Amino acid sequence: MNSSRRYFLKVASLSTFALAAGAAGTKAAGAEYEAYPEGLKAKRWAMVIDTRRFQNPESMRPIIEACHKAHNVPTIPGPKEVKWIWDDTFEHAFADDPSPLLPRGIEERRFFLMCNHCTNPSCVRVCPAGATYTTQGGLVAIDYHRCVGCRFCMAACPYGSRSFNFQDPRPFIKELNAAYPTRMRGVVEKCTFCAERLEKGLMPACVEASNGAILFGDLNDPDSVVRQALARNFSIRRKPSLGTDPGVYYII
Amino acid sequence: MFNAKYVIPGIIVFAGLFTAPFWINMLSPKHEKVVVELPAHPVTFFGEERSQCIEPREWMAANHMELLIEWRDSALRENKRIYTATDGKKWETSLQNTCMACHSNKTEFCDKCHDANSVNPYCWDCHVIPQGNNNEF
Repeated sequence: MNSSRRYFLKVASLSTFALAAGAAGTKAAGAEYEAYPEGLKAKRWAMVIDTRRFQNPESMRPIIEACHKAHNVPTIPGPKEVKWIWDDTFEHAFADDPSPLLPRGIEERRFFLMCNHCTNPSCVRVCPAGATYTTQGGLVAIDYHRCVGCRFCMAACPYGSRSFNFQDPRPFIKELNAAYPTRMRGVVEKCTFCAERLEKGLMPACVEASNGAILFGDLNDPDSVVRQALARNFSIRRKPSLGTDPGVYYII
Repeated sequence: MFNAKYVIPGIIVFAGLFTAPFWINMLSPKHEKVVVELPAHPVTFFGEERSQCIEPREWMAANHMELLIEWRDSALRENKRIYTATDGKKWETSLQNTCMACHSNKTEFCDKCHDANSVNPYCWDCHVIPQGNNNEF
């Protein structure tokens, strides 16, 4: 009886090895992967928004449209809305700033809001599927293939940057950009700091559309445009007390 | 073996009946090989007109799904978006902008084989099908 059990274990372990080897052998041919040589690189990407240049809410529309058109973001009215970049008042954008008496210029001004690409992103910590992660230059990215739609990240994000696709977004996309995918029902989406454009050497779509009012660069490089702008102007960030270390700076 | 003269023929009959749908279908006169529509015109990639697929046709037919998964992971997780094929040519790792630039007819290319093999991939829930060939979007 003992010998037959021994024989069974031998056959079982050998066939497990054979199966594992077979599975490993199906990997693709001797191909290699590389990044675009013209791709932009940074230790820590950051955005600086000169809010003084957006006194008129109408001047913000083309920038929002440029982003949403480039990324096939649907326009859905009501509570199921999906947004990557939007605008709001000082009171809402900087909710933990206590001053109730704001100068009129700031009270009437609207502020661009988007994903802050935090250094310590709470959304990444809570994602149970590994679908959201930090990548090159501290960008917070989402792999929609992996997203299971649990919306933990939406609960964790203190900036409300993430939107859930409650329905198929395609009927709500006015003009389809055929070079970029859409999303499907049941995944969460948000601003990506245009990772796909940075990798081809292009600046983010909102930066390009802003005429220099939105700056983008490496926060770790003292000569970068963002560092120079921050050195010359007073800037604030959203909810810094939470310790997420957001990467979007607002010049007031 | 106990009762081998009954057990072994029994197993053979069971295996024959169990696989009947496959071989009945294969022997029937209505059985045909799936013929997909291959792209007719060369497309420009990296400044060069190309009419060959990135890898040999048989290899692609058998392994395209694993290649696409590799492409996805290298592009999204490692920020590597250029694929150097076995023949040394470079391609952008993109289903929408590389594969479907040539294979623009989804119904006659992708769907034919997928339907015949009864697989239902959800690539096109997000990735956009080139317009003009399909009415799906």
